Amino acid sequence: MTITEARGGRRTGSAETGAGRRRGSAVLWGLLGVIVLALLWEGYKAIGPVAGVEFFGTSILPKTDDRSMPHLVDMLTRAVEPVNTSAGSPPVWIAVIGAALNSLGVAAVGWAIGSVVGFLIALLMQRLHVAERAVLPWLILSQTVPLIALAPVIVAWGGKIQIGTFSWDRWMSVAVIASYLAFFPVAVGALRGLQSPDTIHVELMRTYNAGWFRTLVKLRLPASVPFLLPALRLGAASAIVGTVVAEVSTGYKGGIGRMIIEFAQSGTSDPAKAYAPIAGAVVLGLVSAGIVALIGLTLKRFNRQEAAS
Amino acid sequence: MTDTALPTTESSAPGVPLAAISVRSAGKIFTVAKGAEVQALTNIDLTVAPGEFVSLIGPSGCGKSTLLRLIADLDSATSGEILVFGKTARQARLDQEYGIAFQSAGLLPWRSVQANIELPLELHGVGKTERAARAEELIELVGLTDFRSRFPDQLSGGMQQRVAIARSLAERPKLLLMDEPFGALDEMTRERMQQELVRICSETGAAVVFVTHSIPEAVFLSDRVVVMSPRPGRIVDIVDVDLGPGTERSDSLREDGAFFAGVTAVREALHGAPVTPRGADLR
Amino acid sequence: MSDEQRTVKSVEAAAEHPESGLLGTVAIDPTAPALFSLPAEAEATGGRAAAADRRRSVARSVLPPVLLGVAFLLLWQLAVVAFDIKPYLLPSPSDIVGQIFIVLPLLWSSLLATGLNALIGLVLGGLIAVVLALLASRVSILDRMIVPIVAAVAVVPIVALAPILNTMFGSTSDTPRRIVVLIVVFAPVFINTLRGLRQVRPVHRDLMRAYAASNWQLTRTVTLPGAVPFIFTGLRIAAPLGVISAIVAEYFGGLQNGLGSRITSAAANSAYPRAWSYVFGAIILGLVFYAVTLLLERLASRRRA
Repeated sequence: MTITEARGGRRTGSAETGAGRRRGSAVLWGLLGVIVLALLWEGYKAIGPVAGVEFFGTSILPKTDDRSMPHLVDMLTRAVEPVNTSAGSPPVWIAVIGAALNSLGVAAVGWAIGSVVGFLIALLMQRLHVAERAVLPWLILSQTVPLIALAPVIVAWGGKIQIGTFSWDRWMSVAVIASYLAFFPVAVGALRGLQSPDTIHVELMRTYNAGWFRTLVKLRLPASVPFLLPALRLGAASAIVGTVVAEVSTGYKGGIGRMIIEFAQSGTSDPAKAYAPIAGAVVLGLVSAGIVALIGLTLKRFNRQEAAS
Repeated sequence: MTDTALPTTESSAPGVPLAAISVRSAGKIFTVAKGAEVQALTNIDLTVAPGEFVSLIGPSGCGKSTLLRLIADLDSATSGEILVFGKTARQARLDQEYGIAFQSAGLLPWRSVQANIELPLELHGVGKTERAARAEELIELVGLTDFRSRFPDQLSGGMQQRVAIARSLAERPKLLLMDEPFGALDEMTRERMQQELVRICSETGAAVVFVTHSIPEAVFLSDRVVVMSPRPGRIVDIVDVDLGPGTERSDSLREDGAFFAGVTAVREALHGAPVTPRGADLR
Repeated sequence: MSDEQRTVKSVEAAAEHPESGLLGTVAIDPTAPALFSLPAEAEATGGRAAAADRRRSVARSVLPPVLLGVAFLLLWQLAVVAFDIKPYLLPSPSDIVGQIFIVLPLLWSSLLATGLNALIGLVLGGLIAVVLALLASRVSILDRMIVPIVAAVAVVPIVALAPILNTMFGSTSDTPRRIVVLIVVFAPVFINTLRGLRQVRPVHRDLMRAYAASNWQLTRTVTLPGAVPFIFTGLRIAAPLGVISAIVAEYFGGLQNGLGSRITSAAANSAYPRAWSYVFGAIILGLVFYAVTLLLERLASRRRA
């Protein structure tokens, strides 16, 4: 709901050629920004009061001891040391990558299911006006309410549903929550996209005596791409958030969300360890956005209106 | 036409009024993408007397708006000299020697009619009561008394343009710069606005430089019409229009022979040759 | 224009409010369903025929979603009873309503605790975003450094920061949650504000130059007022995200005073109807934040022709 809404003007011809280079320099400038943040971290740690800063009894600046704010160097060195003292324990960063890939898989399943369902609902709403009038208000409403609050409740399904040889695994609860979050932006975005063709284009198809299906394939689907891609990106970001949160509340082992909690609990003795999985979650979000962007590249021909993002 | 009769700087010839605008061999070159250059204006000479109404007319790309922007110091000339009341264009802008109106009214949508008119006064530190009094006068002048607390989106295009003109007059400038202010209005509204503008200008005694691409508009409003031509933008002719003082210009003038003569003269200057008068004399 | 004048204008202004596609690219159009229309709008049009028309169109746009909602609740209730669905899967609506009345005082206090966290995070995050956007619009180095980071923040699970924030500030503090909300809120407000600040029309720029106005005067009279509707659009987008983050941040431990902690503890005790009643509270909280910010956005953007 953030980046996608910030699309600016139309992409112009000359802008398109420089887009790659500009994106590269954006990454460099972004890294510079991260370095500035890192300097702020170390700077505050060096000069800030050990007990933190309180303002009318509310802490507004963090404590600066090594437990609360480890040195950046410690975080990095901890990341290449083994997870624990037991023999054969892998380095933290390897474990983080494994957990992140695990989460990525679950999130991808959720994202795919949510996107397909969202798109089908959008098709239904486009086809049947009464469906749109009845369903759309609920869709919009549901975007504004914290449905992710349901996560701990859905988790309860784990291990309790059994139909024949099929049994409900915990990872499925996680995927359901992820798909749930991915569903809404895709449904709304796809509907807007399917409805985006101008009247003259719709009427043109009518003069060709093209039915609903041919109009869909030749006109509405291509026209929906500039709306669909940002919705899919947003859906992917939501699916990642949903996965991480759901892992936390399910106790589903193996994912990055669970690892964040576990490593944070060892914080007292090993504070620097907690930062690696969090960095992993950040990278996970970026990677998922990148994957969707790659999917978008294959549809570039239909996506002339969407500004570079 | 004697273009250099007026002194251009304050030091020369006491007693003779100072020229409102004096442009001497001014040129403007725009650098566009990839270093290519476009000669927008070349070798412009123009003097505007105090209280004089001068129109700039010509086809698209002849640089008429650019010339106006140079005088207003919204762009700067690449060669030549531009003096406004004997000062450089930049100094004249800093000293607020002119009022300006554009093709789009350019009102601030979150300000009422009155607050829009007060904007320049507010920016230049005029007190609240004085501002309100001045705005009141101007609102009356442009006939918007019932609309002072309306917002721009509640006004028609013609009304918005009247607010813009009132705003340009707010600081009693001796020079008005207008860039096709009626360009987006329908013909009827446009004629009414022209009528009001000549009245307002003769009442305030300000000199006006008025950019337009309408021949009848230029003739109806002006003392002199400057005819320009593109590639490169230059002045090809200056047509004197003698239709009497602004206060006496009324709708009936549009049917007058002298008006038609002016229109013909400007058209011929624009086309570069006498226009065949086929069917021109139907009366 | 004074504030009083604005308030006086608000009723008739709301009637003429242009369809809020004012940003063109906003993925959700809040004006679509009549569910979201302001009371002022319904009253403002004069004429009996117009009123009748309006009633009919309200009926057409309100009735289908309401019917669907009622049908959904009935089906839900019936299904739970008919198929004997266990509460851990899905409690019935009547069970949930019953629980709501039982836990009402606790529900109310935890709603306030979470709501306060969300509000503080929203206000502070919004303020910081606007100030930084103002700076970024003027200082290009800041612009180049912040924009990519904000783009990254928008796709990253910020709630994951909750555990380390808990260690940094101590787990008995509300501050970690507020900071999570602050960061989540920051991105949309910053992006929208920056867009608004860059929307200055050339004619206004020319006008201010002709007035020999200073940079600060340009910002104060043209750029900032022009960006106000964009700021509120950013806040409207950010508000539900803020509430969600405030609740979710509680799942990561720390104080046990908010809706999120009550949901987890009820679920952990297998008290599923109770968990659902807190979820209901979360939904109410989200709606309140959305409605208030939507109203503010409408008020702020009514003068955009």
